[in-house]
Amino acid sequence: MEFLYYFDDVFTLWAFGMLLLGTIFGLILGATPGLSPTMAVALAIPFTFKMEPAHGLILLGALYTSTVAGGAVSAILLKIPGAPANIATTLDGHAMARNGDGKRALQLSFLASLFGGVAGVLLLIFATPILAKWALVFGPSESFWIAILGVTVIGTLGSNSVIKGLLAGCIGLWISTIGFDDILGTQRFIFHSSLAGGINIIPALIGLFAIPQVISMFAKGRTRDDLEVLSIKPHPLRKAITEVGRRTRALGIGTSVGAIIGLIPGVGGQIAGLVAYDQTRNFSPDREKFGTGHSEGIIAAESANNSMVGPSLVPLLTLSIPGSPTAAVLLGGLIIHGIFPGPNIFRDYPEVVWPFINSMLIGQILMCVFGLMIAGLAANVARVPRAVMAAVVLALAVFGSYSVQLSMDDVFVMLILGAGMYFLARYGYSAAPLVLGLILGPIAEGNFVEGAMIAAAQNGVLPYFFTGTLNLVLIAIVLGSIVYSVWLELKNRNQGRAL
Amino acid sequence: MHRFQHAIPAGLIAFVGLWVCFVSYTQTPAAAFAFPRLISTVFVVLALWTFFKVLRDGAAQDGGFNRQEIVNIAPGLALAVVYVFWGANFFGFYTGTALAFFILLTWYDPADHRQLRSWVMRAIITAGFIAVMYCLFALILNVYTPREIWS
Repeated sequence: MEFLYYFDDVFTLWAFGMLLLGTIFGLILGATPGLSPTMAVALAIPFTFKMEPAHGLILLGALYTSTVAGGAVSAILLKIPGAPANIATTLDGHAMARNGDGKRALQLSFLASLFGGVAGVLLLIFATPILAKWALVFGPSESFWIAILGVTVIGTLGSNSVIKGLLAGCIGLWISTIGFDDILGTQRFIFHSSLAGGINIIPALIGLFAIPQVISMFAKGRTRDDLEVLSIKPHPLRKAITEVGRRTRALGIGTSVGAIIGLIPGVGGQIAGLVAYDQTRNFSPDREKFGTGHSEGIIAAESANNSMVGPSLVPLLTLSIPGSPTAAVLLGGLIIHGIFPGPNIFRDYPEVVWPFINSMLIGQILMCVFGLMIAGLAANVARVPRAVMAAVVLALAVFGSYSVQLSMDDVFVMLILGAGMYFLARYGYSAAPLVLGLILGPIAEGNFVEGAMIAAAQNGVLPYFFTGTLNLVLIAIVLGSIVYSVWLELKNRNQGRAL
Repeated sequence: MHRFQHAIPAGLIAFVGLWVCFVSYTQTPAAAFAFPRLISTVFVVLALWTFFKVLRDGAAQDGGFNRQEIVNIAPGLALAVVYVFWGANFFGFYTGTALAFFILLTWYDPADHRQLRSWVMRAIITAGFIAVMYCLFALILNVYTPREIWS
């Protein structure tokens, strides 16, 4: 119950102000198609430099929570999911809005998000310290395999092609080695003077997540998006609360599916929403009503994608393995504030971590209240012309990257990595494993080198890294995730051929 | 587009993989390159696998570009490159950003360019955005930026 001691810290002027700001901006950004939660958090990191670490993280956490919920607004009113996590919401949410119940759909969506989100954060509060205590037994070899596990799981489960996912992870790991070697001070892969200090993580994150979105807006050319925002008729909130309370099956399935999927590194909210939607339909006696504006569909999808948020931070805070691409960006945010996640995080930084986690709990309530208040406005923001959006994101990316170290070199790296990532993404390579490789590379290398030194004084490198129960379990999970993903890919390919 | 367009990125990645592998195994001291050796070995195996698979499968691969997309992307990307690598330093951060912002807006705006109203709108949006950026970065965050050309 240590978290209760730090609740006061969320209600200071600055902390609560950041929470409010992050929630409102997150709802608006989330409702804007083309601006993903990951990109929103990446672009916000430079603004947190001069803040207290706890305040900066509260802002980033609020953005993460509310962008996922805000994505439901455009999914319901525009039939365009604000984020991949809201794809399943579109199915029944937009149909309900088309039937003239847009307000009801929004109310159900935000109430379900609140329920799922609170449940997810409670899991984060109670599961994280337990996992952290368990992770204390990890030595360098286990920590090395954990880092490799993070890259392979997100590279295999989170990508359409296993090989390309793993390849992207390798590219990320290689990029993380550019610069001077930490131990011997040797220059590695410095083919231009701007790389002498290595690749700074924040400009890299901004480039990898923001620039591909800008270029994909360029790719659509001078065409106009004729988006029709459906009008909202009043609907009593009391009725919506009663309806959500009655839909316990959808709420239960959505929340538990989201929480479980959030705990698995690399799977993400998109899968959570779709799996919860599908499972709720399977168990529902009204399954033929799904897709026609059925409330269970909205409740299942939204409770799932929000209950995923809290648990996705459990492996991040205890093992440094992000549960989703947005959590990976949050890891970057933690690192630039000098906070290195791991088993000792609650011992070393309780004054930062607990207010951050507590703020996510309060943030769920703010997200629901403000979501219901500004949903209509947020949907209209989604109609901002694509050209304006592209120019704004590009300028923010340039200013944000520059402000990290006041260096144009960082801006060059940001643009080159971002443009390269856009082209690679068009050929099936995803950014998430590359980012994971980039972030987890130094952790993997540090533990590899430390482990190799210990091994040299013992039985040698191979026995050190390949024996011991924990090492073998982790290696089995790494191999298992690869084999499972290959099997899944082959199965999908065969089904595609059969069709 | 050419049926083997996928071979270009796969080939480039394979080339980078081979280079990383070569550097890792030839540079000294070996201890500094132990981790790069490990990852570059996996990197080069996966990269060559992908490259030869692309050569074998050719057009069967998904994704890629069509000609229209390249035509659409080229001006915006060229402007972004000029802005980042030259404009921001030459004109100053805020002036360079304002110019790049306005040109991008004009190029990709589907509005009729013969109407004065659309030009005025774009100028107002640009001025408003730059004012917000100046307040945020120069006044609140105290970010020192390269000197402006007019100052």
